[in-house]
Parts: sequence; structure tokens; C-alpha cells
Amino acid sequence: MAIEVMKPGLSTTVQDLGRPGYYHLGIPLSGAMDRAALRAANLLVGNDEGAAALEAVFLGPELRFTADALVTVTGADLPPKLDGQPQPGWTAFRVRAGQVLSFGFLRQGARAYVAVAGGIDVPAVLGSRSTYVLGALGGLDGRALRAGDMLPLGVPPRDVAKGRTVPEALRRPAATPAELRVLPGLYWHRLTASAQASFFADTWKVAPEADRIGYRFRGGRALDFVPREQPFGAGSDPSNIVDSGYPYGSVQVPGGTEPIVLHRDAVSGGGYFMLGTVISADMDLIGQMQPHTPTRFVEVDMSAALAARDERAARLQQVRYALQT
Amino acid sequence: MTARYSFGGDEHIFVEIDEAMSLTAFFGSISMAKAVRESGIRGVTEICPANASLQVRFDPDVIAPNALLSELKALEAVSASAEKTLATRIVEIPVFYDDPWTRETLMRFRERHQEPGATDLEYAARINGYAGTDAFIAAHAAAPWFVTMVGFVAGLPFMYQMVERPKQIEVPKYLRPRTDTPRLTVGHGGCFGCIYSVRGAGGYQMFGITPMPIYDPAQRVGYLKEFMIFFRPGDIVKFRPVGRTEYDEIVAEMEAGRWAPTIRTADFSLDAFEADPAGTNAGLLETLHGH
Repeated sequence: MAIEVMKPGLSTTVQDLGRPGYYHLGIPLSGAMDRAALRAANLLVGNDEGAAALEAVFLGPELRFTADALVTVTGADLPPKLDGQPQPGWTAFRVRAGQVLSFGFLRQGARAYVAVAGGIDVPAVLGSRSTYVLGALGGLDGRALRAGDMLPLGVPPRDVAKGRTVPEALRRPAATPAELRVLPGLYWHRLTASAQASFFADTWKVAPEADRIGYRFRGGRALDFVPREQPFGAGSDPSNIVDSGYPYGSVQVPGGTEPIVLHRDAVSGGGYFMLGTVISADMDLIGQMQPHTPTRFVEVDMSAALAARDERAARLQQVRYALQT
Repeated sequence: MTARYSFGGDEHIFVEIDEAMSLTAFFGSISMAKAVRESGIRGVTEICPANASLQVRFDPDVIAPNALLSELKALEAVSASAEKTLATRIVEIPVFYDDPWTRETLMRFRERHQEPGATDLEYAARINGYAGTDAFIAAHAAAPWFVTMVGFVAGLPFMYQMVERPKQIEVPKYLRPRTDTPRLTVGHGGCFGCIYSVRGAGGYQMFGITPMPIYDPAQRVGYLKEFMIFFRPGDIVKFRPVGRTEYDEIVAEMEAGRWAPTIRTADFSLDAFEADPAGTNAGLLETLHGH
């Protein structure tokens, strides 16, 4: 049981829910950028929520199946086609041995998740099948897929019917313009009051440099710093600090010009100040943002962050309920 | 010294031991990381010590952010009274300074450098007051270094040289980061040395290259078979300059599976070091060389 990669797409990687426990040594969590879409995809085909699937960004791959399989595509609206015939998204469909799964052009969002019953059965490394490309770790040989690759499939843990679907209301669509909620903190005090205000007031745009490591934004006013004599070891630029750890979702602004939000393949630390952190509930959204998406950062406090987290968890419960077997 | 606490979103607490780098701040970071680890607080998922700060990742569905904050503040007092000693290891790392690969790379990115007419070594030697690159390399390789953080990318050590502050090497990062750095480049930025564990982007000045792999996801290198990452915070490093011939020999021995670094266990006391840095370093080097 395997999948032959005929065309790899732009950057298609094997991802699951990630590899926690090694961030203190520079190995990030990795895993699906849109975790909710990965979980839904796995539930649709009867897998455990954390099974490994394919994450395709912007441009889908072309895959030939060597055996019958139950398949689904969730996340971005990247229309799946089976031997050229359109298939519904967020719905489990049957693929026969020899059939080819391909994709139309991206309509909305950025990352689609292709789950197959049984999961992509590459070896687990440090407890995860996720691909960390920068460290050449996990996935298929630590890299994005290439034409000619063969992806092994696992044994489906349970049989589920084809045609099951995630209700429309539970598929969180990618929004334009986007809003990302930020809890100020970390080195927020380094910014002047006017910079603190303009960061939240301005409309930013996702820059082309947006990947699994981080999303860069442009278009807002440059941020000014409170003058100080730089501490020993911090470096001379006012945006520098003594190299520290970087939280997932933290917003660093090198030189005060272009904010970067670190994501699942985050660099674990470095010497740029951070003004705060995107709340956990909004991390999935970032994974579905295309370059040039107008974006506002919205200031929230901890209670709002926790309420949003609960709301996200409740939505996942609804998906589980809708798809329970 | 009182730490500064801040939430990094709803899943992290950031603890800044000090704004400025020092061995005291580093010891504050690792002793607090140890205290948090040993306390076994439910809901703490990762503890990441850094040079002069640490980060605690947690699951807010298990422990409320403010409850964890209180627990950490209580542990600060415990760790502050801890002995400033460390049972660690000292490792000798061969370095081919001014090697052809970093030299080729730095020439490619000259327009991003502060001083396009000089090499990174020449620039660093000049702004740190050394007569030339030989004297600079001698200082870089003479005193040992503490690994004060592992990260940025997989297994990359940040290192702080064990000398008094006026003797610390300080260089700015490149004006704009390079898009390429050879794997195993020995670099320096701010007051920190580093070894690039993988090839990739980077902004540190480049001084040389080591033949010794420090990250091996395929785990083919003998001393990385047990775990793919070599360094831990608290390791002590001593660089040893090697020329092209020895560099090539080590690479060949490595490929044949016969080379391993010299590693000795060592005990370090911050108080003893601060009283007598040169004497403490001399003792560490005796330990390394087996006297």
C-alpha cells in the first residue's frame, strides 16, 4: 500500500501534530500549520487525530494510488480531482488502485491537508512523523516531496464510510482581511507609546517571505524604540536583545520595520526583541493566509486569549461529535 | 538580581534573569530551569533555558497562567540560593580558522558587511584591538567557552567565552543576514560565539570551520548515535586551531567512523572562577588534557 508522487506540488510535506519536547535544543514542534484542518481530515477517514497526512501549500501534488484507499482533503479550498473528476472538499471519498489524485487552482486559504486512511507511514523520529526541513528531520528523508517518491501507508485503525463530511459551519474559512489577536508582552516596553499604538492601528500585509518558520508582514509604519544604552551582549541595534528563547507565535520586528510571527518550524531563539505573541487560538489561521493578505493585529488580554482558546476547543468537539463513529 | 516575568501568549512564560549577559545571569537561568524541572509542576510542557533568560511552555487547560506565574516566582527564591556549581564536561573542538569555505562565502556576501574591504577575521581583530588575525585567533582559542544556550536551529550552541568582560570579543552581526553559511562554521555575533549546526542563513561573522559534526539527524556519526544533538547548555568548549592537513585527516577519520572528540568530566564553580578566572581556566585545561 503506497502512494506514488507524480508531481510534488510547490512544497508538500508529511505532517502530524508535531514533535514536542526538544525546543530547548532548537528542534521546533513542527506539525500541521492548521492543526484543526489536520484533525478533521484524519477524523473523516477514520484515523487517530494525530496521524500523519500531507500538507500542500498553494499548489497541490499529483498522486497515484497503488491500492484502494479512503481519502479526504481539508484546509484550504484547493479543489481535489480524481482522474480529473472534481471531488468535494472536507468529505471522505474512495480512491481505487491506479487512480490519480490531482488538484485545481487554489481558491481560498493556503494549505490543504490530504489524509489517507491508515496515515502516511514514514518512520517516526523523536516521536513524530512531521517534516522539519531546516533540520532535515522526520517526514520522508527530512525534506519536501519529490516526483518519484513512494509514500508508505499504514493500516487503517477502523473502517468508516465514504461520503462523511464536516458541516460547512465547522469549516473555518480563511478571512480577508485577516485579524490576528496579540497578547502584548515580552519586550513590549521597548517600544514608544506611539509605536505601540501604530502597530495595532496599521494595516499590514503578508509578505512573500511567509513559510513554516514564520510569517513576515509589511506595510505598517516603522516602530520606534525607547532610547537606552544597550545592555552588554545585546548588540548595537535598538531592536536587539541578549539572545533569548522565542515563543511560538511571538512577534519579532528586526530593525523595527517588518514584524515576523514565528510558526510551527520556529527558530527557537535569537537576538531580536519581541513585542508580544499571537494567541494560540489564532495560530491555525496564519497557516491559511496567502501573501498580500491585508492583516490587522488586535490587542487582547489573557482572559480574551483563554476564552478564544476555549471557543476553538469547543468547535473541535463539535467536529468530533459530527464525525463520531 | 530580580527576574522579570512576562507571558508569551497563552502558552509561554518568559523569565528574564537579566537584560545584560554575564555568567551570573546564565547560572540564574540554568539553576531556575533546574528548579522548575525538579518541581514537576503539572501542565509544564517544555523548559528552555537561554543565555540570560528562560522560557517555560505550558498547557493552560491544565494550569492557569497566573497560577504557574506564582509557582515560578516562588521557585526563583529557591534557585537564587542554590550553589553556583556545575558538574559538566569539557570538550576540545578542532577549528580550521580562516578556511577556504567560509572565506569563499564571506566574499560572496561582502556588500552586506560593515567593512567590505576586509575579511570577517580582519574586521573582528581590528575592532577588538588585536594587532592582527593571528593574535585574535590565539585569544579565541586560548580561553574556554561556556555553552549558554542551544537553539536557533537544531543543536546550534551559543557560547560565551570565560574571560573578564573587558576581554570579551564583541562584533556586530552582518548589516543584512547572509542567505548562506557553510555547515559547521564557527561564528560570532554580539558577545556570543556559535557553531552553525546546519547550512543556511546567518548573520554572525565567520571565523573558521570545524570538522566535527554537532547535529546528525541520520545518526551515522558514532558519538551522535545515542542522540542526534551533541551540545547541552552548561557544556564547556575549548577550541584548538588546526591546519588544512589535520582538518582533512579528521574528516577522513570521521568518515571511516574512527574519530571522536576529546571529552572530560569537569566541575565548575562560579565563585572560584570569579575569584581567579585564569587559574580556573588553567585547571579546566589540565582536566581536558588529562594531567
